[in-house]
Amino acid sequence: MTSVETAARTTREQTGYFQTFMSRRASILPTLAAVAILILLFVGAEILLRGDFITPRNISSLLLDNAYLLILAVGLTFVIVTGGIDLSVGSVMAFTGIWLAQLLAAGVSLAIALPAVLLAGALVGLLIGVLVQFFDVQPFIASLAGLFLARGLAFVVSLSSIKVETAEVLWLQSTRIQLGDWYITPTGILALLVAFAGAWVMQFTRFGRTTYAIGGNKQAALMGLKVARTTVAVYVISGICGGLAGLVLTAYSGAGYPRNGVGTELDAIAAVVIGGTVLAGGRGYVLGSMVGVFVYGTIKTIISFMGAEQSWTQIIIGALLLVFIVVQRAIVARSDRRSRS
Amino acid sequence: MTLTADTAYPPIVEMRGITISFPGVLALDNVDFFLRRGEVHSLMGENGAGKSTLIKALTGVYAVDSGSIDLIGTSQVFRGTSDAEAAGISTVYQEINLCTNLSVGENVMLGHEPRKGGRIDWKAVHRLAAEHLEGLGISIDTRSLLSNHSIAIQQLVAISRAMVLDAKVLVLDEPTSSLDRGEVEQLFTVIRDLRARGAAIIFVSHFLDQVYEIADRITVLRNGKLVGEYLVKDLPRDQLVTKMIGRQLDDLEAISSTAERAIDRTDAPILKATGVGRRGVLEPADLDVFDGEIVGIAGLLGSGRTELVRLLYGADRADSGNIEMVGTPAKMTSPRHAIDRGIAFSSEDRREEGIVADLSVAENIVLGIQARKGLRKVRQEKQDSVVSEYMAALDIRPADPDMVAGNLSGGNQQKVLIARWLATAPELLILDEPTRGIDVGTKADLQKKVAELSEQGLSVIFISSELEEVLRLAQRIVVMRDRKSIGELDSRRFDLDGLIDFIANEGDGSAA
Repeated sequence: MTSVETAARTTREQTGYFQTFMSRRASILPTLAAVAILILLFVGAEILLRGDFITPRNISSLLLDNAYLLILAVGLTFVIVTGGIDLSVGSVMAFTGIWLAQLLAAGVSLAIALPAVLLAGALVGLLIGVLVQFFDVQPFIASLAGLFLARGLAFVVSLSSIKVETAEVLWLQSTRIQLGDWYITPTGILALLVAFAGAWVMQFTRFGRTTYAIGGNKQAALMGLKVARTTVAVYVISGICGGLAGLVLTAYSGAGYPRNGVGTELDAIAAVVIGGTVLAGGRGYVLGSMVGVFVYGTIKTIISFMGAEQSWTQIIIGALLLVFIVVQRAIVARSDRRSRS
Repeated sequence: MTLTADTAYPPIVEMRGITISFPGVLALDNVDFFLRRGEVHSLMGENGAGKSTLIKALTGVYAVDSGSIDLIGTSQVFRGTSDAEAAGISTVYQEINLCTNLSVGENVMLGHEPRKGGRIDWKAVHRLAAEHLEGLGISIDTRSLLSNHSIAIQQLVAISRAMVLDAKVLVLDEPTSSLDRGEVEQLFTVIRDLRARGAAIIFVSHFLDQVYEIADRITVLRNGKLVGEYLVKDLPRDQLVTKMIGRQLDDLEAISSTAERAIDRTDAPILKATGVGRRGVLEPADLDVFDGEIVGIAGLLGSGRTELVRLLYGADRADSGNIEMVGTPAKMTSPRHAIDRGIAFSSEDRREEGIVADLSVAENIVLGIQARKGLRKVRQEKQDSVVSEYMAALDIRPADPDMVAGNLSGGNQQKVLIARWLATAPELLILDEPTRGIDVGTKADLQKKVAELSEQGLSVIFISSELEEVLRLAQRIVVMRDRKSIGELDSRRFDLDGLIDFIANEGDGSAA
């Protein structure tokens, strides 16, 4: 209860805190639940592994290993908050990653190659956004088309992996900024910057608020909001995030590989949903998605620490998703009922 | 009244020769419309007369095929709602167009949030929103989610959006259709205040009483054509209705005999509900419906009317009480059971829970019998005969079975829904607000049809916010208040005032 009370931050009487909180911030509950689960996971693993789990090294590598997923999840949060979905992000990451590797291998400088691949990601997003907004195609179908397109393009670039030797790219991954046993890599910094920038945009810009409005009201255009522009833009953002994730993943693995990121879009969606964003749109937080990514990463780490099959990660994530979607339904149903009565 | 329609102001909006056509329909044919500052101008006409189309032309939703729109003497071409908004025209739609997932304050300011140093200044957002809301006489926590507030408050929040834009023209499209009397008064106080401050207001409503209470001037449309513009004081109601529907309204008189009809209550009732209730939703209530009887349920919005029939129909599960049909116990745990026992329920929310907008009229009608039949397809000849029979019986217009149902007017959609249920040959038809948002002519038509059906032996439960309708049709009236049944009346012994008094005062611990 204490966390609820502090979050309400009001001058009202003690008895009114909970009601005030519920009337204002009910939509943050799923995200708080994700934070609670993250803490539980850490504590549980710490006990299970007899004090071997919560170490600076482990927590540092959590960000390092999941930087690409975090970037994808940030872009996806924009899309899902508008009530859409983007299945293309894993393929876009693979395509931009391998194309970047190929360009660099061909001697193109990073200063040209990087903008080129980000633009490519943006174009795939633009295509999906235009299909969704102007041709009234279901986001699921439009982004499925984007998924196949980007995956195909990845194979057109190369059928096998291309090693990256460019120093600047390797620097992104190999540099470790140390503070005691803690460390962070430039890829981790990049991912955090993307997340905080995303959170800022959603909270403090009219564009960000319009994404919430679209998710909450399909007729938001009647409120005089720039719906068309915003809808297309969220898919473009998701595409650019796909491109950035391609860069990060290429740096992380030291190579581009056309089969990278098969199914990663689903991991990213799972992280976003676990982080408290409602698939129906209108409710969610970028920083919640960050928590979701960490939940995902932590489960993966625990499984590998325990030496169990990685398929257990998927089973646990599946179970978590199930619980979260049911909780979300309950919250949405509650507010719908209230607005009707 | 400081300003009235007689003001010498020149028109602020001049729409001339507006023509808009959709595939197969000429929605507006060379219509002129003028709106002045400091007046409340009502746009009247039956469903399909072109009111909404005219409004959507003014608010930039539709482009005009020909004609001109002038605002304060300058010609305008709106390419979208934001153009119209920027020009000073604000609209509050019937289906409140706000975001229930966001806070009250954000809904007021959305798209116009004050910014400081490139970021939205949330403190200022809520401060300004609170000021605008207080200007309309409401003080609520602007940081609370919109979904926590009643429809009436949401309506006022929508209006305060217009204040933010400093709108010169305010369009209110059926703003009162889901409000109760007190809330309508609150809204009217706001409208009068805005008018006194010089706003030009278009008020569209199906409630004649409200139009005559608030409007200064009336423009009448019929079949997409302009009938004329009148001052309210020069246009008595009967003349207005005649102009709207193009014929006299004697039909309603004929219907009122239905309520007088004697009902044989010696046999077991078609439906006998005893103590049906659900915790937190409805206190246990009793209800009997006899063969060929129309039982009205009267009460304010939220009094438990809809909740009661949803329990009877099995749409929600009752946690107490028994239901008998023709003397045998019936379990209503799902609508399927209810349908199998011959109960049909036409929901108050015809757009969400009734009509399938993308299917044709014929497909919508056949849906009911098809659902009964299961997977086997209903034979085409059978389909055609059912469709033509009920389209003719209910006088569905246009008489085109292949028309997409979503393009029909509200009244005709309602008829399609009734046709769907009648085709399943029900014994009890539950109509929840069948006439909401429907024009006078179609309303009378629908009521006549219901009366005829009951004379042929169909039992009906009829729910309506319009008490005149309930009194006119029903032989018995169950009155609900605050989620409980507070009494059962013989409609022959009550007139409108008596019924209102009963709803307001009866059944209080004190009154008894």
